[in-house]
Amino acid sequence: MTIQKTQDEIIADFELFGDWMDKYEYIIQLGKELPLIDDKYKTEENLIKGCQSRVWLHADYREGKLFFTADSDAVITKGLVSLVIKVLSGHTPKDIVDADLYFVDAIGLSSHLSPTRSNGLLSMLKQIKLYALAYQTKSVGS
Amino acid sequence: MTHTNILESHALDVEAIRKDFPILSTHVHGYPLVYLDNAATTQKPESVLHAMDDYYHTINSNVHRGVHHLSQLATEAYEGARQKIADFINARHNHEIIYTRGTTESINLIAACFGRKFLKPGDSILVSAVEHHSNIVPWQMICEEREASLKVIPVDDNGELILDDLEQLLNGVKLVAFNYVSNSLGGINPVEAIVTAAHRRGIPVLLDAAQAVQHMEVDVQKLDVEFLAFSSHKLYGPTGIGVLYGKEEWLNQLPPYQGGGEMIKTVTFEKTTYNDLPYKFEAGTPDMAGAIGLAAAIDYVLGLGIRNIARAEHDLMHYALETLKDIDGFRLIGKHEAQRRAGVISFLIGDIHPFDMGEILDKQGVAVRTGHHCAQPVMDRYCIPGTVRASLAVYNNRQDIDRLATGIRKAAKMLS
Repeated sequence: MTIQKTQDEIIADFELFGDWMDKYEYIIQLGKELPLIDDKYKTEENLIKGCQSRVWLHADYREGKLFFTADSDAVITKGLVSLVIKVLSGHTPKDIVDADLYFVDAIGLSSHLSPTRSNGLLSMLKQIKLYALAYQTKSVGS
Repeated sequence: MTHTNILESHALDVEAIRKDFPILSTHVHGYPLVYLDNAATTQKPESVLHAMDDYYHTINSNVHRGVHHLSQLATEAYEGARQKIADFINARHNHEIIYTRGTTESINLIAACFGRKFLKPGDSILVSAVEHHSNIVPWQMICEEREASLKVIPVDDNGELILDDLEQLLNGVKLVAFNYVSNSLGGINPVEAIVTAAHRRGIPVLLDAAQAVQHMEVDVQKLDVEFLAFSSHKLYGPTGIGVLYGKEEWLNQLPPYQGGGEMIKTVTFEKTTYNDLPYKFEAGTPDMAGAIGLAAAIDYVLGLGIRNIARAEHDLMHYALETLKDIDGFRLIGKHEAQRRAGVISFLIGDIHPFDMGEILDKQGVAVRTGHHCAQPVMDRYCIPGTVRASLAVYNNRQDIDRLATGIRKAAKMLS
């Protein structure tokens, strides 16, 4: 599924929620359910320090595609992290570099991507793009 | 108005007070706003907004320099504000009041100027374990520059400073800097004991009163501190202006902070002579509107009476602690009782991340602060990622606390 299609599906899912509580309960559920990252990758190295919550991100490069796993100590952040990973993981570095993550705004959570919020999500996105850029350069170079 | 006049006693009508603050009628996410982030900044009464608007509408002009009519009116208002601040904290002289951009700049000013003059390799600055980063980092910077070191008064599990080894800690110390009230825990620190011990050895003291002036009587002569810093915006005044108080004899010993206009007497390319207090420390065109707004805020506080404010807030604090402690999993960080606390309640609910709690409270129209509150060493001390901080002002009422408690219960249900 393309990055765009996954985003559109998430947006459609969120349109079904009647109020903010339903929406947050869903995000919290996502955050609770998903064991996102192998504990051995929850290292200081993989830690993206946000002001309010911590996010760990691990990247794997296989057969021309990037796969991400991640975790957060705050459950709402973790839920959002899982959505971002669902959208971006398993794509080529080029697609990830070029991706426009419009779904976060469309589901009404753009405040999570404001630099002042500093909850780790924005830093995580930057880190994902950096990984993708690094692998893109590498694959072009080789 | 003299200092004693401001202490008269009467019960406050909080509902009438709320009407003075236009922003309190705002709705957030469909709910009437409950504003409990007052330790970050307080809201402004109509009288402060009006004073600043009026300044720009009627007398805006650069101060001190002009012989023209408007400049004289602006200068009178600006210097009148200085006098008002001096009376408010009972300074001996109005030239002991230096305008700054806020508490942070006040502390940076003393760290830089005092450090340059008095700090030598091997000396120390003593702070406490419950300081805001503003009262840690400026000292670290000057200590690094002067090859001096920073020492720390420790804190116990309950949030009380441990003074047992204070005498030993004071060895080699050139200045003690600590806060009157901790912004992260809310406890009132033992100012008298620390000042007495420091003075016994002739060591000057800087008191960070950013979380004190809006909650209780602050009298610099009674406290007998050499320097004191606070911000306007936490005292119902505008942002961008604050105060550094210093005893005349100490301020006179310090070199200027920044160079520029206003702070000079004569300038030639060979030599500049500096102006007298307070102008020596006030380079550049000052924040005139801010000073006038701050004076209006002080008038507002004096109109209510600072002791009346303290009493009303203590009653509300007591109510809040009683209400919140019944919530399942409520963990108070910093155990001071209501009477030894000013403004701040810092807490966690079970293992819920403070960020998650803050977000769900926001969705219910309740504004609190979450995170480390610019006091990372305090969070490290208690091994927590941060806290949820509810902080009170004179316009908060019991409904605000009830809404907070209801909001916490709802969030806890969703998150656990």
